[in-house]
Amino acid sequence: MALEKPYKDVPGTTVFDAELARKGYHLNQFCMSLMKAENREKFKADQRGYLDQWPMSEEQKQGVLTRDYNRMIAAGGNIYFLSKIFSSDGQSFEQAASSMTGMSAPEYRQMMLTGGRTVEGNRYLSEIKGGKLKTNAIVEKK
Amino acid sequence: MAKIVGCITTTHVPSIGGAIAKNLQHDPYWSPFFDGFTPVHAWLKKVKPDVAVVIYNDHGLNFFLDKMPTFAVGAAAQYRHADEGWGIPIVPPFKGDLDLSWQIINTLVEKEFDIVTCQEMLVDHAFTIPMSLLYPGGESPPLRTVPICVNTVQFPIPSARRCYKLGEAIGSAIESWDSDARVVVLGTGGLSHQLDGERAGFMNKPFDLQFIDSLISQPDWATQYSSTELVELVGSQGVELLNWLAARATMSGKVRKVHSNYHIPISNTASGLMAIEPAH
Repeated sequence: MALEKPYKDVPGTTVFDAELARKGYHLNQFCMSLMKAENREKFKADQRGYLDQWPMSEEQKQGVLTRDYNRMIAAGGNIYFLSKIFSSDGQSFEQAASSMTGMSAPEYRQMMLTGGRTVEGNRYLSEIKGGKLKTNAIVEKK
Repeated sequence: MAKIVGCITTTHVPSIGGAIAKNLQHDPYWSPFFDGFTPVHAWLKKVKPDVAVVIYNDHGLNFFLDKMPTFAVGAAAQYRHADEGWGIPIVPPFKGDLDLSWQIINTLVEKEFDIVTCQEMLVDHAFTIPMSLLYPGGESPPLRTVPICVNTVQFPIPSARRCYKLGEAIGSAIESWDSDARVVVLGTGGLSHQLDGERAGFMNKPFDLQFIDSLISQPDWATQYSSTELVELVGSQGVELLNWLAARATMSGKVRKVHSNYHIPISNTASGLMAIEPAH
């Protein structure tokens, strides 16, 4: 029986479910290795060589090398584990989150300081107009 | 018998750890958040809990996908924090309470919760940051602890109703514990936030405020929602409100609010704080 995925209707959102947990196991395991300072250094010194130690797909490796977090998430990465990559890069959660939204870091920060992304228009796929999620009224007015 | 003196629920955003380390408590960005804790500090001095039962979710320090329990209870004499790979300063270890740990474990299994028991357990920022917020100053807090971990990372996650029942069972374990200890229950995480995907930055203030109110007036209100509905309503990481729900459910009688605070944003998160105590 195929896994039921009612959460597919939440726009711009990937729920880390059983399918992704299976697919992303080694990608996430690589991320966990970055909890050791010595491994963070090894990774920074030779990213490709470091990644080649895990049986990850080329798609997963390219996602990491290009720091494309949406790509890594689609390939089974979980944000809590992926965060160990951007933290190794000296990036904050806010900066990393902004990179997934198509907004610049200052635009994203402005959205957060003005109440975050709005509820209305962002709950169901059927609400999404023109393929873009809403930010919030204050940001959109500008 | 032991007594539950109250319940504190709070956000555990990792960057709070960095703000504490840099002494940014009075910075304009941070002060609306940190100032919220002052009345709770005064309340803790008054009720003087001996033990904290902390309901939280691990983010890949103690548990990885190799072993991902739905519910896990710590049963160690000491719990250490460690490098999470996030640049959060490492805090000193926390004392355990083996008697209460096993009291909770025995009661939960008797009530058909098939939990994982952990005689060794690292605690991550979701445990340590609330402790640093409640007992500021950098030293080990003056109380013993029991960590209880809920999976909010890998779906399927336990339902809101199941977490509520877990909380009720933890409450009955504490109240039937043959001890004169005073126990505070903590629930950490949330409130609405989403860290990933194009919808990152999502928040739901009306829902959060209704949720906070419900914890006083109708504590099982949030159990009407499925996990999918919670993702829609509070964001993919906002599901951490399950920890609030479980913590609240440990208190069986009428409660009153000691204090609450709600502030947007801390990093990507709508931050919440609430302290409640039994109404006499």
